[in-house]
Amino acid sequence: MKIGRITCAALSVSLLALAAGTAGAVTYQRGNDGNPETLDQHKTSTVAEANILRDLYEGLVVYNTKAEVIPGVAESWEVSDDGTVYTFHLRDDAKWSNGDPVVAGDFVFSLRRIMTPETGAKYANILYPIAGAEAVNKGEAAPETMGVEAPDDHTLVITLAQATPYFLELLTHQTGLPLHPASVEQFGADFVQPGNMVSNGAFVLESNTLNDKIALVKNENFHDAANVALDGVNFLPFEERATCVRAWEAGEVQSCSDLPTEDVDRLRAEYGDAVRVVPYLGTYYYAFNHDDELLSDPEVREALSMVIDRQFLADEIFEGMLPAESFVPPGIGNYSTGSPKTDYFDMSMLDREDKAIEILSAKGITPETPATIELMYNTSENHKNVATAIAEMWANVGVNVEFNVRDASAHYAHLRDKGDFDVARAGWIGDYSDPQNFLFMVESDNDGFNYANYNNPEYDGLMDAAAAEIDLDKRAALLQQAEALFMRDLPFLPLLYYSSHSLVSPKISGWDDNIQNVHPSRFISISE
Amino acid sequence: MLVYALRRLVGAIPTIFIIITAAFFMMRVAPGGPFDQERTLEATVMANLNKTFGLDRPLYEQYGMYLGNLVRGDMGPSFIYRDKRVHEILAEGLPISMQLGMTALLLALAVGTLLGTLAALRQNTKTDYAVIAVATFGITVPNFVVAPVLSLVFAVILSWLPAQGWGDWRQMILPVIALALPQVAVIARLVRGSMIEALRSDHVRTARAYGLPSRMVVVKHALRAAILPAVSYLGPAAAALLTGSIVVEQVFNLPGIGRYFVQGALNRDYTLVMGTVVIVAVFVVVFNLIVDLLYAMLDPRVRYD
Repeated sequence: MKIGRITCAALSVSLLALAAGTAGAVTYQRGNDGNPETLDQHKTSTVAEANILRDLYEGLVVYNTKAEVIPGVAESWEVSDDGTVYTFHLRDDAKWSNGDPVVAGDFVFSLRRIMTPETGAKYANILYPIAGAEAVNKGEAAPETMGVEAPDDHTLVITLAQATPYFLELLTHQTGLPLHPASVEQFGADFVQPGNMVSNGAFVLESNTLNDKIALVKNENFHDAANVALDGVNFLPFEERATCVRAWEAGEVQSCSDLPTEDVDRLRAEYGDAVRVVPYLGTYYYAFNHDDELLSDPEVREALSMVIDRQFLADEIFEGMLPAESFVPPGIGNYSTGSPKTDYFDMSMLDREDKAIEILSAKGITPETPATIELMYNTSENHKNVATAIAEMWANVGVNVEFNVRDASAHYAHLRDKGDFDVARAGWIGDYSDPQNFLFMVESDNDGFNYANYNNPEYDGLMDAAAAEIDLDKRAALLQQAEALFMRDLPFLPLLYYSSHSLVSPKISGWDDNIQNVHPSRFISISE
Repeated sequence: MLVYALRRLVGAIPTIFIIITAAFFMMRVAPGGPFDQERTLEATVMANLNKTFGLDRPLYEQYGMYLGNLVRGDMGPSFIYRDKRVHEILAEGLPISMQLGMTALLLALAVGTLLGTLAALRQNTKTDYAVIAVATFGITVPNFVVAPVLSLVFAVILSWLPAQGWGDWRQMILPVIALALPQVAVIARLVRGSMIEALRSDHVRTARAYGLPSRMVVVKHALRAAILPAVSYLGPAAAALLTGSIVVEQVFNLPGIGRYFVQGALNRDYTLVMGTVVIVAVFVVVFNLIVDLLYAMLDPRVRYD
């Protein structure tokens, strides 16, 4: 009995001690898309990495909860009249997690490193607007020749090759985040390991176990630490979206970054506003090969676009996605005019089908004398369902479809290598909120993305004119004209706008829905 | 027996070498590469990456380099998880997969043998039919159904156990059950079949005639023979279980290595695929050897000199 009582007392004391130690400490268990491939901001490419790096580091400018650009390390900046020189003034109180001050030279070091070919940076090209950057990345010039200078510790001057109205948006991307030069020099590629990493954001890296969790703790040296409510964030990678949902329902995580589309209805019924389905900066499309004999005819492409019931795809196959009537998704920045209207989207489905039959039968294509095209897509249940539905819609107007399915790597390698195809599935998520980031894909000299082999000098001319235009409204009008050509010529056939799906605990505040699906943990708090 | 074991291990080296070589070149025949993804890379960026990873060199040179590194215990850098080398990735996950797999294996062996023996002793009774029913269920219902249902019932609805994660013994319970269930089924059926045969064999009849207690006859004499088919099944089963299961790992969000078998191939993460191939090859060789040695211990007719 006596031993029992002593044990009980000891147990209570240790439980009390444990409770006291953890009292008030709030750690956010945050479901993430998957495992980050790297925590090196220069090698990164995925959304999962962006979410973590945004918490670890602070760039010159950052996103607020509404995904608007606000000052970060730079407290103010000026842009030259011709839009090519950006002068950033860095805040005095910005510090690295080890107490070192964040200086302009750190940004110079970082921007040079990402362009150095040996770094092998997947997203280096996003910063090609900086003067001389592309030549450095190609190995044709020394990193010092880039248009990045630090006249003093608190001033950073970035010179661009030409005016780039979305340049500040570009700097919100994780590739624009600074590195602590001394750590990189000391540890080399291992500067990303826990214990070695020195960061300047609201949080610092505590541990990183592949496929288990990435634990961050509050950075007391962060200049705005007083306003950071969380003591830590654990990023849990969920490759299986349903697993995150179950963990959320069991109270083990407070948010999920993606949901299985088939679960959305049930979750909405059970948890109401915790389910967030929000338009996202992306478009799901099919590329038409303009070198193909049948598809080189613009009328055929238009007819094929007309007969697709995009509302059906959005309602029945990709729940939460929206029917796409343009290539640039709505809600994008720097597009005051918005996308142009395409007439046939106002017609009823029956009328559109009649019109398509009329166009195609004039060319001798009818259900009795059908044409056949090959539709290529990468393996996925949803891609298959979309392809099957579209094949059915096209069969009604006399175009039979044969499928060619490969895994993602083989599919994209085939497109990249300019392999033969008729119609191919692809998707595009914008890297920054600007219509140029969508419309540049089919410029005739864009080797990587112009799967359609679209070649229209008028389109290229409009894109060039837009690139040289500093007035944002005039630029938007030029881009709108370009998109009107896009919708007429259909190098790509827009099908659906992506949407983001999240599950957010009602205890969380500071999570605002936005088109970039960006939710910095720095602004998040959790109530008991 | 030691000589035999050593001879077998030495004999396995060429086998593993052939497997590595075949896997290396087969992987490269697959279209696409590690940097082909939804977002096509700029030509310059792609060239930089290929150079960084040595993919711009001739294939035979890459093969030579891979073998050279492997001999030194370095499985090369992962093409996808760029902060780690392949042996570091596998060293993080393999102990977890092995811990799970070993627990599931022991559980399956204990429960499967017990059920199989019970069924054989009570052949054609309700007990027997119940065991056969459970076994058929275990074999036919796939893991991707059992695992989410277990998680849903015990974690979400009843809140008895965690739904996912790793680090606490309670987080092991559901995945171990999900992993063990199909194995229980197979082992129970194997043991039942061979036990029925063993119970009718001469040496068991002799043991009974000597008047030995029934329990002793079953456990010491019949079971020793009856467990042999289960043991030979266990070799490949252990190699598969200990190297993890993609389904169970994803459903319970466990940091094992099972996922790399599929992901590595889909991502064309060449070095990671090679790493998993090497591990499975070694496991299969070792477990087959263990099974053969166990045979010699269990079956007096088998001797390796």
